[in-house]
Amino acid sequence: MKTFDYLRPTTIAEAVAAASEPGAAYLAGGTNLLDLMKGGITQPRRLVDVNHLPGLDAIEQLADGGVRIGARVRNADLAHDAAFARRFPAVAEALLSGASAQLRNAATVGGNLLQRTRCAYFYDVASACNKRQPGAGCEARGGDTRLHAVLGWSESCIATNPSDFCVPLVAFDAVVEIAGGTGQREVSLESFPRLPGDTPERESVLEPGELIVAVRLPAEAAGFSAHARYLKVRERTSYAFAVVSAAAALRIEEGAIAEARIALGGVALKPWRARAAESVLTGARPDGVAFRRAAEAALAGATPSGDNAFKIELARRIVTRALTLAAAGTPDRVPALPASPFAHAPGALMHV
Amino acid sequence: MSLSISLTVNGVARDIPLDDPRVTLLDLLRERLDLTGTKKGCDRGQCGACTVLVDGRRINSCLALALSCDRSHVQTIEGVAQGDVLHPMQAAFIVRDVFQCGFCTPGQIMSAIGLMQEGQAGNDPERVREGMSGNLCRCGAYVGITEAVLDAQKAIGELDRKHAA
Repeated sequence: MKTFDYLRPTTIAEAVAAASEPGAAYLAGGTNLLDLMKGGITQPRRLVDVNHLPGLDAIEQLADGGVRIGARVRNADLAHDAAFARRFPAVAEALLSGASAQLRNAATVGGNLLQRTRCAYFYDVASACNKRQPGAGCEARGGDTRLHAVLGWSESCIATNPSDFCVPLVAFDAVVEIAGGTGQREVSLESFPRLPGDTPERESVLEPGELIVAVRLPAEAAGFSAHARYLKVRERTSYAFAVVSAAAALRIEEGAIAEARIALGGVALKPWRARAAESVLTGARPDGVAFRRAAEAALAGATPSGDNAFKIELARRIVTRALTLAAAGTPDRVPALPASPFAHAPGALMHV
Repeated sequence: MSLSISLTVNGVARDIPLDDPRVTLLDLLRERLDLTGTKKGCDRGQCGACTVLVDGRRINSCLALALSCDRSHVQTIEGVAQGDVLHPMQAAFIVRDVFQCGFCTPGQIMSAIGLMQEGQAGNDPERVREGMSGNLCRCGAYVGITEAVLDAQKAIGELDRKHAA
């Protein structure tokens, strides 16, 4: 690991000033950043440690019914906050389906939004990667591409976003609060990560020095709590990134779907909100025919970026199944195997 | 700022000078404090061999900078027994014969103690397995590990009931 200057600011203003210097990076849980530094994938000249910054570690119920989650809240603390999990069960399930208990105890909300892709060519510094070195080329193209993107990719980058947490957040219209040198601003979580286009090295809308201070969920998001699930296919049952995942949530009134929310993980360089699929379901009866039509709509624009055409049909089936599980009702407690297609829940639907 | 930190390690408060910001909590424990019970497996947060408790929570010490842990309480495998009396989790690992090569064991035990304190798994073996998935055992002693964790939880529950009575 290359060495760095270490700074520990005590206010947000100090932190922003310290991180505005070229080559600076924020350090929070460190679960992704230290791994990348050990591999030489990223080499910050300055680390700005925000672990001791006050005021960023609360889960606040807002007067308008929404919730505000401080950027330093640990993944485990949010998932196990009983009031939060009751109102936003798909978010809790997504959190608990990610990483390991040790990592969830360290990893933060803000850090999750800034996780780097797990593309093996990005991680291998001997491979060409436009993200690591703009203009170098992309060795993933024509390489081992089973797990790469099927939506929103470009010739310059076919990597995927690894976050589970952000998938239901995007479905529920979460908002990111950002502090910068000229004050605060906010952007929707959906528009926070950037698609690769010709500039895959620019991964989010953050400008140098800007710091995520909180993520907000609006009150309407809690209206789905009776029918909200996250489903994630992995190459092993636990402690693995998604091959494909989906968050599905329904508001059912008098036997018909009043409103649906659907987002996909593991398919693109950002969590993929499927608005066309949501529209298909508005007013429909919650049944397999409607869910399959929604799944077709969700993947309508998908194209393989290599040997990964299977992910498109897999994603359709995951959307269908996540919707079916959501329609059956949110379980009282997150299942023992969170978001797993292999979870055994008495009375739950297994094969759809 | 100076690169010295204050840590309470296994109940003992220490002021520790650091000459390099890159030192992880794992390397600090092993290389500078001679607490080599905590193991370095992958050093990248994938195997769990380096699991310790920081302020009562299990984390991978390989992915924590020592500097970030300033003013925290760290508990390692060396600090779980009371003198010659083993922690019930250690005792359960022996009774269930969960050791093969033993390299992952300190991390498994620290992770299991953290799991128990989190209170999410109860006596459901599926939840114990899921909660322990961050600790790899290449000898494949998983079945015995799950049994040992369940045994230890039961033993500690009985001890607590005795103390309460």
